[in-house]
Amino acid sequence: MTGAPPIVEMKDISISFPGVKALDAVDFRLFPGEVHTLMGENGAGKSTIIKALTGVYKIDEGEILVAGEQRRFGGTADAQAAGIATVYQEVNLCANLSIGENVMLGHEVRGPLGINWKATHRAAAEVLSMLGLEHLDLRRPLGTLSLAVQQLVAISRAMVTKPKVLILDEPTSSLDATEVAHLFTIMRRLRDQGVAILFVTHFLDQVYLISDRVTVLRNGALVGEYPIRELDRTTLISKMIGKDFATLRSLGSERQSHHYEPRGEPLLRAEDLGRKGSSEPTDVELHRGEVLGLAGLLGSGRTELARLLYGADRPDSGTIWLRGKKTDIHSPTAALNQHIAFSSENRRDEGIIRDLTVRENLVLAVQAKRGWFRPLSRKEQDTLVRKYLTELNVRPADPERPMKYLSGGNQQKVLLGRWLATEPDLLILDEPTRGIDVGAKAEIQAAVAALAAKGVAVVFISSELEEVVRLSDRIIVMKDHRKLAELENGPHVTAETIVAVIADEGDDEEGEPE
Amino acid sequence: MTVTTRPPTGSAPGPAPSRPTLADRLGARLTALPTVAALLIFVGMIIYGEASYGRIVQFNTLSNLLVNNSHLIILAVGLTFVILTGGIDLSVGAVIAFSSVAGVMLANAGWPPALAVLMMVLIGSVLGLVSGVLIQYFGVQPFIATLATMFLARGLASMLSTVPERLEDDSAIRDLAAQLKIVDGDKVNDLVITPGVIAAVVIVIAAVVVLHRTRFGRTVYAIGGSEQSATLMGLPVSATKLGIYVVSGTLAGVAAVVYTSRLGSAQNITGIGWELDAIAAVVIGGTLLTGGSGFVLGSVVGALVLGLMNVLITRDGGIRPEMTTIITGGILLVFVILQRVIAARRRSETG
Repeated sequence: MTGAPPIVEMKDISISFPGVKALDAVDFRLFPGEVHTLMGENGAGKSTIIKALTGVYKIDEGEILVAGEQRRFGGTADAQAAGIATVYQEVNLCANLSIGENVMLGHEVRGPLGINWKATHRAAAEVLSMLGLEHLDLRRPLGTLSLAVQQLVAISRAMVTKPKVLILDEPTSSLDATEVAHLFTIMRRLRDQGVAILFVTHFLDQVYLISDRVTVLRNGALVGEYPIRELDRTTLISKMIGKDFATLRSLGSERQSHHYEPRGEPLLRAEDLGRKGSSEPTDVELHRGEVLGLAGLLGSGRTELARLLYGADRPDSGTIWLRGKKTDIHSPTAALNQHIAFSSENRRDEGIIRDLTVRENLVLAVQAKRGWFRPLSRKEQDTLVRKYLTELNVRPADPERPMKYLSGGNQQKVLLGRWLATEPDLLILDEPTRGIDVGAKAEIQAAVAALAAKGVAVVFISSELEEVVRLSDRIIVMKDHRKLAELENGPHVTAETIVAVIADEGDDEEGEPE
Repeated sequence: MTVTTRPPTGSAPGPAPSRPTLADRLGARLTALPTVAALLIFVGMIIYGEASYGRIVQFNTLSNLLVNNSHLIILAVGLTFVILTGGIDLSVGAVIAFSSVAGVMLANAGWPPALAVLMMVLIGSVLGLVSGVLIQYFGVQPFIATLATMFLARGLASMLSTVPERLEDDSAIRDLAAQLKIVDGDKVNDLVITPGVIAAVVIVIAAVVVLHRTRFGRTVYAIGGSEQSATLMGLPVSATKLGIYVVSGTLAGVAAVVYTSRLGSAQNITGIGWELDAIAAVVIGGTLLTGGSGFVLGSVVGALVLGLMNVLITRDGGIRPEMTTIITGGILLVFVILQRVIAARRRSETG
């Protein structure tokens, strides 16, 4: 990469969506023969920049140079023609077709009698062997392969057009360690052949294992471009979350006192709870009246762990004891019947129903729990709704207003009310304060504290470390889908402590092969 | 990711033929199993029919089977394209009605027969195009879009005429049903084909080639596998989806020609429920309604199974004709369950 001109140069790229500036005058360079990682928290603009480079989004301002030539991408086909190939996080292949066909689809070798399958399979075999996949039987349906190998086949497919730039958007999110190692071997091989690889991942360790350089984005703006050797983990994390160590220290997010001493039998105890590919076996203990914080960067496995506790995903290892009794929480309904409630991080898609009224949204969970054959009377509904609208200070306090006309913060309060109405013993809140204003945030935090005081056990998940530290009695720090540490909260614990745990653990591991 | 298959060990479950090469192929493409099952059932029905009633395995019975069902085979081929993408076309029966009535009236009004036939086919193409545009550019569900086209076509047919329109006895269109003797057997036991049968055979062969040896055909399978993936792979998804409805409509037009020439008349109520017969044929032939898996030849077998069933019911004499639909439904159910079992088995073995 030394001396060679960049293969891709993006200058002053700005992209706006209604109401949001997704990218603000961002520069980005990619050199041949390097692995370049794009880093940033959710909403930093990583996927926007990739979509600009693959022709999915049109850029409002700025220019894109590929091999020194200015390009205007009208669609994905233009980017592909310019030599930019993309492999997405989800495997976008057809499971019903053969491996060989998936590799060559759209690029089949054709003769006078239509597609020449022999030559097509030969070409597919050639590409696959380039990636060390010559052992695959081309005629087998793709669906018989593991997701990891499918991902590698997807990369093979991308290589058919002999691209100069290969974009890998979170290819490792569903792979285990050996599979990631295999992928990295292939990435290095391609890099050594002169392909420029743009890599997106949330796994810090992987960044240090494979990258030559990183570009950090935050809130749609460029933070900087660094050779990975010159950037230690702590600095990288603080650049991503936008607060340097001094600031983190001065935030004063220390908790005054640890206000609950767990005693007696835990409400919930999970041992070795895990699921392949989403959560490594973890122990969790939860007492009544306790707030357990799950902290970690995005993609660290917080939500995945919560989903296992709630039965939204089925664990493939471990046991859960609820109130001292071994319990199989196999579905959200079962969880609800056990007085466990879960509020999703995805408010828009998994939370509110936009066109229903506040009242209808609020009583949904209670009604579901009672069963649909015993409808709540209007009077019961009104009582519930009045109670929670007042308690949570929802504004406007109009039960008949369609949910879509409420602000994000008030929608979140209604959601909280929905789960509180089921009178849970255990409430799991996944990012309940994301994207809402400061006032509403404070109110929701206060509501959580009040719940714990009433004896409800709360699992609190948030990307804002200060918030986790402020609310939690204990904090489980997660990284790369496993529990790094469990901290008893107290005056000594700050957001900085958590950052240090995440960063240190990685630095200790450096030098190890995986 | 649920469409998965066993490793190609050749140990395909069920009634797989014993020759190792074919078994190997089946292992690799277990999707063929329902089609093979349909073929076995067809053969079984022939054997049963021959044993119970006799005079099944002979030239005139088999000729009649082909002649009487060639329009259904053509329809089923068109629907195979549509269903392979995960779509549906409910309009084909009504398209036949409109196309037939219009064709007969045009021919009787003095249009050159060739031109009238061409118009009949084009009517199908245009109605298919209407469905395709509704689906692809207005985002209408295929079920609803083709339902709309169905009502439209049926209505147009009724506007033209509500009584049977008889093709003039000397019309050249009738020649398309002329019986050509291939083998002259004893008495009436002749092997005969008609231009309609030839059309069906040519269409089947062309469909196999298009589906298996052209990018258009492979895109059809890819869309059925995952439309989103196909789009992201840079395949021409829009054009292909539009194309398959035009294919289906056009083939409905051809089927109208074949059927009308044989019957010599057309009516606005012709072809009611034929779209469902064709869908049944496709499903019995092993094509998954969710798309992505199936074969044209399977649909042909499916159409012949339905045709043979009618023959056997007639021969039996003891079964009331009213029972036909119940038996069709029963066969369909058995095949759908068979498909589910296979799909579940594959999941459990690879999952």
